[in-house]
Amino acid sequence: MWAEPSAGYMHRGYEKLTEVRTFPQVTSLINRIDWLGSFANEVPFILAAEKLMDIEAPPRAQHIRTILFELSRIANVGLFLGDLGVQMGAVTPVFMAFRDREYVLNLIEGATGGRFHPNFDRIGGLKDDLPKGWIDETKQVMKKLRRFCDEIDDLLFGNEIFQSRMRGVGVIPSDIALQYGLSGANLRASGVEWDLRRDQSLPMAWDKVDWKVWTHPDGDSWARCWVRLQEVRESTKIVDQLLDTIPAGPVMAKVPRIIKVPEGEAWVSTENPLGEMGYYVVSKGDLGPFRVKIRSASFNNMSIAPWVLKGVYVPDIITILASLYFILGDIDR
Amino acid sequence: MSALLAVEIPYWGQSLLRVLGGIVAVLLPAGTIVYLFLFKMMSFMQSRLGPMEAGPFGSMQLFAEVGKWLQKEDIVPAEADARIYKLAPVIVLLSTFLLVVVVPFGPDAYFVDFSAGVFYALAIGSVSVIGILVAGWSSANKYSLLGGLRAAGQLIAYELPMVLAVVGVVIQAGSMNLQDIVVAQNSGSIFGWDGVGFPFVLTQFVGFLVFMIAVQAELTQVPFDMPIAESELVSGYMTEYSGFRFLIFFIGEFATAGVFAFIASVLFLGGWGVPFSWFGWEGLDDVDNWMNIGGPLIMFTKMLVLTGIIMWVRFSYPRFREDQLQRFAWKVLIPISLANIALTAIVKVAV
Repeated sequence: MWAEPSAGYMHRGYEKLTEVRTFPQVTSLINRIDWLGSFANEVPFILAAEKLMDIEAPPRAQHIRTILFELSRIANVGLFLGDLGVQMGAVTPVFMAFRDREYVLNLIEGATGGRFHPNFDRIGGLKDDLPKGWIDETKQVMKKLRRFCDEIDDLLFGNEIFQSRMRGVGVIPSDIALQYGLSGANLRASGVEWDLRRDQSLPMAWDKVDWKVWTHPDGDSWARCWVRLQEVRESTKIVDQLLDTIPAGPVMAKVPRIIKVPEGEAWVSTENPLGEMGYYVVSKGDLGPFRVKIRSASFNNMSIAPWVLKGVYVPDIITILASLYFILGDIDR
Repeated sequence: MSALLAVEIPYWGQSLLRVLGGIVAVLLPAGTIVYLFLFKMMSFMQSRLGPMEAGPFGSMQLFAEVGKWLQKEDIVPAEADARIYKLAPVIVLLSTFLLVVVVPFGPDAYFVDFSAGVFYALAIGSVSVIGILVAGWSSANKYSLLGGLRAAGQLIAYELPMVLAVVGVVIQAGSMNLQDIVVAQNSGSIFGWDGVGFPFVLTQFVGFLVFMIAVQAELTQVPFDMPIAESELVSGYMTEYSGFRFLIFFIGEFATAGVFAFIASVLFLGGWGVPFSWFGWEGLDDVDNWMNIGGPLIMFTKMLVLTGIIMWVRFSYPRFREDQLQRFAWKVLIPISLANIALTAIVKVAV
């Protein structure tokens, strides 16, 4: 067995397109990169722009940003958990995933107005404050999501056939994973404890709550899926804690009406649902960026496909690719 | 009532009744399974409603689907071996009809009373392999071919545990005649208590489990659906089929599920009978005539329970990998069923 990923069939030229947009316009473009967790795409770009402008969002905006970030992770990875089953012929989990993702999307819609493409993050804060009653509703939904995780744990992860299909298949040792630049759950499943939410200090709220970075020593397909399942659970806990501690105050810092980003270069990356996603923004002091380099997680995660697919059975390709979890838009941008 | 049913029917009339009965015995379970389980149970498990528009609660949906398939173009690929390609689905459905022939539905409500009915059923049950293999081969499509080969390998592998599981029943009943097996179960008694007869599922529970697993595999339902694994082989041996030929495959799949459930209920669950002690019957000749009506209903109920289990597993399990599937048959099921036969024989001789 031998495989070579051939990227480029979905290339939409986002890096080039950003050059003819103003800074506020770019977010509506880039939240289409990983379309299942859109809000998480906006955050690192906005953070990079804020870094260049040397402003910081107010604490309330940071909290809400982090909550929405984690909600988009739940929406994204929750769907992955259901999709796992359908790749292996179990049709039921995917419907459960869609059912419970709907609650999360409703929350995102309630807060931002957009279900898939919120375009809510602004330089210096957020477009709006949270609507009334949103916090209580979110807590209810987080309970539902934890129940969904238990369901998937029973239905899929506890299933002997699922385990026999996943365990020991597509093993990626930690040194190989690091060499290929894997990130996110794929790297953590190989035993590397590496999480950008914890390992760097960003103007976000992750350092204000108590949570755990899950790793797994095995590095096989099972480990990758299991780590993601634990991360969804962990995300619901992060959201719950953040909801309790949202500080009062404005959601928008003082920014000029017309945003001109001073000359300079900035790199900010965050721990997105799929892995490390970063933007290298070069500004020449104009309304729009001079050049943006997008580092998306799936592109690097997929680069290991030729290595990991060498010599496996054909049915194992399905499980390995499913467990590597890529989104086509995130590969090609 | 019994006098009315005991009326002499001429031979042609009997034949006609049997033909009609055969069609009903194949198509009615198939339709019920598709509606009740594939449409409704699956939908409820997946938190949706399923078909709701055609008829009350979507009960006429199946007719709409059949109408849709009948209207579709009957495509034969240019490279395909057209004659065999067209014949293949018919072989599959034919094997189902040949299989239902042997199932007894009542004291007189049977099609043919073979003295070696079990042998016939298991032999005819594998005819569908030919249809599937031929379908895969003649489609001139690599996915079809792989699917057909997988199906052949799988059906042969699981034919063996199925046969071996049935041997236990045959030893216990002392007969290969399905009618005799039913009578043996319903006239039997458990340590002198004959309140529920003596369904073989009690002593042959291992055999029953092996049989049901093998049935699941024979039907290529989900944990064993490698031949049509859609994420690997598009649709396996059915890839190139469209229109009514696909429909025939589809009916064949669910009709065979029904017929295998009939056979399983005959072998393990007491078939059409009620415990003879309830009505003071001694043997087959004493059984009242109304059982010719009641028997089919009892069979139908048991069939629904068994296919319900088959479908339940189908909707909640992921599928095996091809090598795991073969290993499961040869290394787990066959040794278990062989041990079961040995144990049954020892107990039979000892008691």
